Amino acid sequence: MSEALSFDFMQHALLAGILVSFAAGIIGSLIVVNRMVFLAGGIAHTSYGGIGMAVYFGLPIFLGASLFAVGSALLIAALTLKKRHRMDTFIGLIWAVGMAIGVILVDLTPGYNVDLMSYLFGSILAVSSEDLWFMGVLLSIILAVVTVWYRDILAVSYDSEYASLRGVNVTFFYTLILILSALTVVIAIKVVGLILVIAMLTIPVYIAEKLSKSLFSMMFLSGLIATLFTLAGLWLSYTYNLTSGASIIMVSALSLGVFLLGYKVK
Amino acid sequence: MIEIKDLGFAYDKQTILENINLTVNAKDFLAIIGPNGGGKSTLLKLILGINPLQSGTITIEGKKPSQSLKHIGYVPQNTNINTDFPIKVIEVVMMGHIEGERPLLGYGKNEMSCAMGALVQVGMQEFAQTKIGSLSGGQRQRVMIARALCANPSILILDEPTSSIDITGQRSIYELLKKLNQQISIIVVSHDISVILEYANKAAHVNKTLSYHDISDKQNTFHTHGDKEHFCEIELLQMLAPKGCESCETEPKWRTKP
Repeated sequence: MSEALSFDFMQHALLAGILVSFAAGIIGSLIVVNRMVFLAGGIAHTSYGGIGMAVYFGLPIFLGASLFAVGSALLIAALTLKKRHRMDTFIGLIWAVGMAIGVILVDLTPGYNVDLMSYLFGSILAVSSEDLWFMGVLLSIILAVVTVWYRDILAVSYDSEYASLRGVNVTFFYTLILILSALTVVIAIKVVGLILVIAMLTIPVYIAEKLSKSLFSMMFLSGLIATLFTLAGLWLSYTYNLTSGASIIMVSALSLGVFLLGYKVK
Repeated sequence: MIEIKDLGFAYDKQTILENINLTVNAKDFLAIIGPNGGGKSTLLKLILGINPLQSGTITIEGKKPSQSLKHIGYVPQNTNINTDFPIKVIEVVMMGHIEGERPLLGYGKNEMSCAMGALVQVGMQEFAQTKIGSLSGGQRQRVMIARALCANPSILILDEPTSSIDITGQRSIYELLKKLNQQISIIVVSHDISVILEYANKAAHVNKTLSYHDISDKQNTFHTHGDKEHFCEIELLQMLAPKGCESCETEPKWRTKP
């Protein structure tokens, strides 16, 4: 492994793994406590439309995916704020339409044969310096937002109706959580791919939730656990020449199984 | 304190409430009863300013509901609470603080001491650092009452506060409310008529319209059988809803005086 660390691409992969794991731990905690897991899945798949758009118009992939994911998050927020009971219908619709747009735009791009697999299952070994900057800036924004507005986010997540009665702007914070979820999904796609991103956002969080007394400790612990899973998955992927995203998720799932066994025995 | 005049509310052209008139004075203990779908929750949401007024007026301490948040403490039904949520009791109670001046990060000393004071009032101070999901239903409800007390309200509104709590827990919650009633007004939506009879001094039956009675003198509803005093639920209901209410019970149900 020490030999592997001498390569630039491996150093980038490690750094990307740590940055994305912490972002996924923090935002994954908010997704789980707000019961938005299906919604995050919808945004992840919808962002394929943004990848197709970026390919078609010759834009950076991150930019295209981010714009599309944030746009769909805003659309979902607008549709579900008044009718939360119909959230699953809207998400299912946006999920499928986003992917369809992506596939059609890639089809229409002349002479371009995009490596679909790298977006479906991640390509952490192909992380560039620009990608790292994007991930670093996003993690900084997430940290700043949850630090300054922790109590509001906590209030909205725990009991939104009561928070509204106490003067908290529920619409603003609900939308903010959705936008940060969308951006986190986009950077996590680079590490584990859009199909597996849900596992990265939920497995470490589920374990952390069982061990935490507060949302703050849950977010921090989730980030730490996600980092361990990512580094272990990366090592497995390098050693046995396996797909990195799938390796990370399998390490996470097996660890969850062991944790649950231990938790039940206890 | 609360003055409701000619209040009406409709949803999708269906009348939920009409011609509602009600006055709640300082230190009243008002029990609201009525069938499911009769408009009890809608009435509470109008008082709290969650639902917009369509016709009639509501004034709380002379102001509109939306301007009276600091006067009202609210304890919602506990059906929507996620018991897996990682949150400490003290954090839940501090949520009751009205938004206003606050430190840039975290909570102020003022809010902490206010929340601890509210926990002392409900006898839950020793659980301040406990995860709320590990408490019993009755203890959780005490925490929710502490959250409502955190803003020092003059009126406490509770929606079905004892649903899904065992009998001992229910009695303990109502004893707490009785104690709080020495300083503040209480409005409770409840299906438990025996509790209303024992603790409330006013009762309102809501089923689209509202009938309202002073029940401070409860002697009329008690009957002596042998050496025990009993009261009849249906008699109380008839007093509250003299024209009858199809959705309420029609067979007399006797209970021993608590």
